[in-house]
Amino acid sequence: MKIGYYPGCSLTGSSREYNESVVALAKALEIELVEIKDWNCCGATAAHVMNEELSLSLPARIMAIAEEQGLTEVVVPCAACYNRLKMTQHELEDDGKRGRVAEILKMPYHGSLKIINVLQMLETYGAENIKARVISPFAHKVACYYGCLLVRPHSILQFDRVEDPQSMDSLIRVIGGNSMDWAFKTECCGAGFSVSRTDLVAKLSGNILKDASDRGAEALIVACPMCQSNLDMRRGAINKTLAQPIDIPVIYITQAIGLALGIGANELGLKRHFVNVEL
Amino acid sequence: MSKIGVFICHCGENISATVDVERVAREIGGMEGVAHAIDYKYMCSDPGQTFIKEAVKKYGLDGVVVGACSPRMHEPTFRRACAEAGLNPYLCEMANLREHCSWVHEKSEETTEKAIDLVKMLVEKVKKDKPLESIKVPVTKRALVIGGGIAGIQASLDIANTGHKVILIERDPSIGGHMSQLSETFPTLDCSQCILTPRMVEVAQHPNIKLYTYAELESLEGFIGNFKARIRLKAKSVNYSTCTGCGACIQKCPVKKIPSEFNAGLGTRTAIYVPFPQAVPNKPVIDRVNCNYYKRGACKICEKTCQVGSIEWDKEDEIITEEVGAVVLATGFDVKGTDFFPEYGYGKYKDVLTGLQFERLASASGPTFGEIRRPSDGTIPKKIVFIACAGSRDPAKGIPYCSKICCMYTAKHAMLYQHKVHGGESTVFYMDIRAGGKNYEEFVRRAIEEDTVNYVRGRVARVYEKDGKLIVKGVDTLLGGQQVEIEADMVVLATAGVANCGSEQLAQKLHVSYDPYHFFAEAHPKLKPVETNTAGIFLAGACQAPKDIPETVGMASGAAVKVAALFSNDELVREPIVAVVNRLAPPLYSTCVGCFMCETACPYNAIEHEEIKGRDGSLIRTIARVNEGLCQGCGTCVAFCRSKSIDIQGYTNEQVYAEVMSLLND
Repeated sequence: MKIGYYPGCSLTGSSREYNESVVALAKALEIELVEIKDWNCCGATAAHVMNEELSLSLPARIMAIAEEQGLTEVVVPCAACYNRLKMTQHELEDDGKRGRVAEILKMPYHGSLKIINVLQMLETYGAENIKARVISPFAHKVACYYGCLLVRPHSILQFDRVEDPQSMDSLIRVIGGNSMDWAFKTECCGAGFSVSRTDLVAKLSGNILKDASDRGAEALIVACPMCQSNLDMRRGAINKTLAQPIDIPVIYITQAIGLALGIGANELGLKRHFVNVEL
Repeated sequence: MSKIGVFICHCGENISATVDVERVAREIGGMEGVAHAIDYKYMCSDPGQTFIKEAVKKYGLDGVVVGACSPRMHEPTFRRACAEAGLNPYLCEMANLREHCSWVHEKSEETTEKAIDLVKMLVEKVKKDKPLESIKVPVTKRALVIGGGIAGIQASLDIANTGHKVILIERDPSIGGHMSQLSETFPTLDCSQCILTPRMVEVAQHPNIKLYTYAELESLEGFIGNFKARIRLKAKSVNYSTCTGCGACIQKCPVKKIPSEFNAGLGTRTAIYVPFPQAVPNKPVIDRVNCNYYKRGACKICEKTCQVGSIEWDKEDEIITEEVGAVVLATGFDVKGTDFFPEYGYGKYKDVLTGLQFERLASASGPTFGEIRRPSDGTIPKKIVFIACAGSRDPAKGIPYCSKICCMYTAKHAMLYQHKVHGGESTVFYMDIRAGGKNYEEFVRRAIEEDTVNYVRGRVARVYEKDGKLIVKGVDTLLGGQQVEIEADMVVLATAGVANCGSEQLAQKLHVSYDPYHFFAEAHPKLKPVETNTAGIFLAGACQAPKDIPETVGMASGAAVKVAALFSNDELVREPIVAVVNRLAPPLYSTCVGCFMCETACPYNAIEHEEIKGRDGSLIRTIARVNEGLCQGCGTCVAFCRSKSIDIQGYTNEQVYAEVMSLLND
């Protein structure tokens, strides 16, 4: 299986461990990731509230060069990038906008690319194939946390059940984990305020962690670098808002599957977390 | 040469705003064979019709074309006007300039040209029209009512009281429908059963009503005045002529844990059961899916208990045929279950209920005998949250329409809760309060002001369970979008009213149209609310759209009057738009070669064999003949006929060719 790859900025900076685990897992599953050459920032989180043309042109350029490089399908691990690329595709179905963006880019944009997230890549790869490669089952009770950007707006993304997504939960069950029923799987972690109002991030992320912890989760499983960094990096600030400090780790779905497949903790970037991962 | 009169209607501004009607009249006036062409603001009005009548007489017209709305709207009007002026009504045709032109196009040159083309086609057609005579058919003065809820009960009683026979069929073992499940009714809080059950008894005892419960329509054939209904009487497994309804079998039945349909799943019933104590008929049926004997071949405890030997194990479904002249559809509605809402618990929290389940909790005949108790642990909820518009008015959920009854029953529920649980706290989350109806608004105000129900204008985002409580997270839009979180003991969802299961299939059996949500479609949204597009089939109640009891009863009586009016005729006049096999002078007799392809094509069994005999009685040929009582004028036989021997009167091949050629000759 060969597929285009757009890591995005987060995966080269604050969320290097996500990139490392995606790459390591793809290698283990014999999926060839072809990174888009000369890719640029997708414009999240600022462009789409500041300048419409910019917010459409940035993702459009990524997709245009991917098309030029002959790619037909691109996996986008970051939920924000995934969301921006899909939204842009939708917006550019409008002839007027598409024409204007092509003028700005000075290159053709066809909109033919299939954009998928990591969960979709793993689903396409096949649960049975993953199951066959499990070496040490991931025997932990975990809370799968989807956040906002992966599933919303449903009318455009058309991915999973918007109010009660299940794709991550079923992958966890495939590797022998126990994904629990909980109340905050699509609540906002406050990522939009991750720089400007960290007090709000602490409060919102605290609610999420508290519900998972109260219900006995050993870890939170995520597929979004913003969610991960808020829940992990801001843990000190979060714990100050809570009566009892919470020390459950927040790991990526790719790291969880990687562990089950016997990939080493270093290779999966598990040593890079702020909250120690002892699973 | 023909003398055709053409009359172009402005339809107020409906047509004239986009079509240059004067130009249409002017250009058509110059066509060969057109003797007179005018335009007028309202052609269907009295002065408009007078123009037509006078022109028929003055110019001796032998054909009339009215360019106006859909023929479904006003063809009878204009044909009647022509008939009054002495012209055969079937020499009057309509060009649909409104639905087919002005409503669907912008104002432009092309729009006017299309209008001219549409009229031109009909002018060419009318030149080929021949005078036709209406067909008279007898009327079977017996009605079939499908569905035994309040709509079917009311329609049956009203028809029966005009002296006509009624056959009422009900899918469930008892009549009563949703109304029998309700606790009290808005806006008076009178007991639903107290007003309904006497009517149920009246139906059962009425000499003009034949009641079949546990029965479903298998098929319906024929046409207005002359339907043939095949009805499946599902095997009850109990002989009703000997059963006394003592109920001993029900008490002894060992299968006791079947969720009760009547209690909306909150209570249980046995395998041999009567849905509720006030059921009509008050005799049991055996639910064969759950009965031990039918499942495993052993048990038969009910048979041993029965003193009169009424259990019939080997009874099979029976199909009966009834001839009826009219049908009233009164199949009601259903409500969405809580499992429709992932964000509100996906049916996994026992204390998240639908409005119908709350009715059962509040009802004296319900599983808790009218006490409001949590299904999970039987405690009395101290805090309760009602969520209005659960699914309704939510295009994302696929239900953009308003279910109409929820605002009122939610106010009633909150009120009943406050009356039954003193010191309880109830909150209603709503989008808008739609309380249009006599004493309805006052009723809601009473809930808010006298019964201190807390109304919060906003949506609920999520309901989840934590430590035995249901956490309801919503927003108060009147407090500037402030988030509200309530720890409730029970949540009641006013889930959307939807079409009853099987309504789509039923509509197809009856050739009745239905809307995208599978509610049956009325013939006209304003002026024909109880008729369907199939003559002789009428609608009553919530099978057409969600509606409350008063509206349902009114509609049922309306449908009953339509049936009674139909039955006031001994024979009906039918349009002569039927297929005819040509007949020629001997020795040809007809171009029909007697292959009877038409017979295999006809969906209405209208093709008969006609033997042509010589003077000595010897058979010369056998050709096809169309029974004009059965023929629906669909034209399938015309397409099948290899020798072009069949034509539809009023739509002959020659006429249709003339229409098409008028467009090609430009």
